[in-house]
Amino acid sequence: MNGFDLDTIISSIPYLFMQGMAFTLKLTVLSTLGAIILGTLLAMMRLSSNRLVSGVAGGYVNLMRALPLILIIFWFYFLVPYIVGWIAQAGRPIAVGGFTSALITFVLFEAAYFCEIMRAGIQSVPSGQTAAGYALGLNYWQLMRHIVLPQAFRNMTPLLLTQMIVVFQDTSLVYVLSLTDFLGAANNVAQRDGRLVEMFVFVAMVYFVMSYAASRLVKVLERRMAVAQ
Amino acid sequence: MNYNWNWLVFFDLAPDGSGTYLHTLITGMYWTIGVSVLAWIIALVVGVVVGVLRTSRIGWIELICGWYVEVFRNIPLLVQMFLWYFVFPEVIPESLGDMIKQADPIWSIFWTAVVCLGLFTSSRIAEQVRAGITALPRGQSMAATALGLTRPQVYRYVLLPMTARMVMPPLTSEALNLVKNSSVAFTIGLLELTGAARSMQEFTFQIFESFAAATVLYLVVNAVVVVLMRLVERYLSVPGFMGAKR
Repeated sequence: MNGFDLDTIISSIPYLFMQGMAFTLKLTVLSTLGAIILGTLLAMMRLSSNRLVSGVAGGYVNLMRALPLILIIFWFYFLVPYIVGWIAQAGRPIAVGGFTSALITFVLFEAAYFCEIMRAGIQSVPSGQTAAGYALGLNYWQLMRHIVLPQAFRNMTPLLLTQMIVVFQDTSLVYVLSLTDFLGAANNVAQRDGRLVEMFVFVAMVYFVMSYAASRLVKVLERRMAVAQ
Repeated sequence: MNYNWNWLVFFDLAPDGSGTYLHTLITGMYWTIGVSVLAWIIALVVGVVVGVLRTSRIGWIELICGWYVEVFRNIPLLVQMFLWYFVFPEVIPESLGDMIKQADPIWSIFWTAVVCLGLFTSSRIAEQVRAGITALPRGQSMAATALGLTRPQVYRYVLLPMTARMVMPPLTSEALNLVKNSSVAFTIGLLELTGAARSMQEFTFQIFESFAAATVLYLVVNAVVVVLMRLVERYLSVPGFMGAKR
């Protein structure tokens, strides 16, 4: 090795951030949003008094949480074209783009983890409020929409954000599909220039700074919320 | 949908000549277990030491151990794997680096994965241990000190035995995480369970059979881990304290 080559990093910064980091952040934000919505639905199902509904949701969540993300990524990478083909009645698998495939995978996978957070959030709302809501004549969806979920989201905001940081780190695993997320972009440059040491150290530092800063912000938010309550 | 199911593919011979595809998958499972068990040992030892030191009330030691945890927690595991595999041999003294590079690639990959997963998991165990020690009533360490125990003795005979029982449930989920995380070693070329399923899928084009088999094997390994940890938990339980049989 002949010295630490900063030029490789500096000259590739536009590519790394405009392409790689943009992909990573887009995937992180969209999958978190999708996974929160699906996870909340799953949490409502898990808390249902209907055995079948709660059983299906529980089985799904436990299965997802028992398997490695890489295996799930492979599963959906091959499964999604078949499902899309089936929905579109095409009679054959329809290819979807790498980003779409990754997005669907992360929504379906992370929903299991967000489900557990939202389940705790819904349970953190005192049952007296549910009873009072029903007594006022609200139906289930009105009760959830106006009373339970707003409080559940507020109580769980720090945990939801922490899980979002986990999603941010997990998205690096799309490397196995050769997509150009931040790590993928850095890997491309590293292989092209033969500068693996520089690129991977740089990638690690960027991930560290971003995740660490985000987790500090979540802690500040948590403290403020604790005061507010 | 026009997908050709062929569940008998597991009994076809794999092109690497080692036996059937089923054999490939089972071998993959052994690699998964091997990496996980060795990494678990590193994780427990380092994790307990770092966790204890974080409660040492010595400023600079707590600071260093705090940063240790933050560094491992805020870098994606895959990036850590690359750092250990591509960067580490380059930045250590050349003779040592050459030794790693000249070793049998299978074993250098294996040990890289073990160290990477072990230290990654150790940072998470350290947090559990620290949380466990802090959660103990303060009276316990005061009473132990009043009885004339030195600080190491307070940890050895009072705090750690109690903490060990309290952290068993979170340790179980960390052990499960470790088994799942070991699949990341596939990216540096270890043919563990996910890697074996992937290579079988590439050779046979029987996508869903390969991944279904890997899924089942992961569930089996998970079940074994849960049962083992529960046995340890029951063996350790103290009558009258949490986790004890009623």
